[in-house]
Amino acid sequence: MQQVFTRPASLKDVQTHFCPGCHHGTVHRLTAEALDEFDLRKKTIGVASIGCSVFLYSYFNIDVVESPHGRAPAVATGVKRARPDSFVFTYQGDGDLAAIGTAEIIHAANRGEDITVIFVNNTTYGMTGGQMAPTTLVGQKTSTSPYGRNLEKEGAPVRVTELLSNLDGVAFAARVAVNNPRNLMDAKRQIKKAFRYQVEKKGFSFVEVLAACPTNWGMSPIEANERVGGEMCDYFKLGVYKNTENL
Amino acid sequence: MSTIEIDELRCKGCGLCTITCPKGLIELSDKINNLGYTPAKFDASKGKCTGCALCAEICPDVAIKVFNE
Repeated sequence: MQQVFTRPASLKDVQTHFCPGCHHGTVHRLTAEALDEFDLRKKTIGVASIGCSVFLYSYFNIDVVESPHGRAPAVATGVKRARPDSFVFTYQGDGDLAAIGTAEIIHAANRGEDITVIFVNNTTYGMTGGQMAPTTLVGQKTSTSPYGRNLEKEGAPVRVTELLSNLDGVAFAARVAVNNPRNLMDAKRQIKKAFRYQVEKKGFSFVEVLAACPTNWGMSPIEANERVGGEMCDYFKLGVYKNTENL
Repeated sequence: MSTIEIDELRCKGCGLCTITCPKGLIELSDKINNLGYTPAKFDASKGKCTGCALCAEICPDVAIKVFNE
């Protein structure tokens, strides 16, 4: 018998704290596979953010810097400039990147820093108890919007990939999902492509991954998975928004 | 002949593999594991596993190993 599916070497063989059906585990694995593909494990410095993604350092078999809330792109800028030969990526959720870290991500992208950003969008603040995030869909009930997000009061959800793809400094921007095998295979391709941009020193690359948060959405893992493919994909359209070098 | 191995101690019983398996060979067990979840179990008697590895790809906890002959 030949083993055809194995855990990537960049991912430690440990139990994660993620809830059942949380897509963080899947995105962790895809990121680790991309690190293995380019043989980057020994030269990678990951930058973890605040939220459920915080325990990156316990799950990845790489060096990790933990950044203050939302500041991962700023920390990554420093790391990459100090050690230009290392591979630097940030892994951030939507509460971290799209709310408190808006300034950092926009300016790091606009400067065209040679880093990669993996942005996991689950339309809520997962770790702190399911509060409304800038990406929360209109009508979605959260612990701070018990009647659903109100378009007039809170505005429309922020489409971060579209926003960033308009900046000149961004070389690659894509939005993917991991809710079914087809989307998952595409997510794998786009994450590898984003990593290739940095490996070949082509500039700032960004991948948004639509993910489920069954616990805070009050759904079963399978219902939450369906929501990603349904109303989330309807509002946050999947696709490659910028691919300057056509890698 | 292909087969899969599910790590029952690692599985959190989300059931994503049960809806992903094209042959419907995976279902959730009645037993509770050490984490308090009902882990997925592989039932080879229901059909032939093709070793497509989609169950392993979708598994958020990397709890499935796939073997091909």
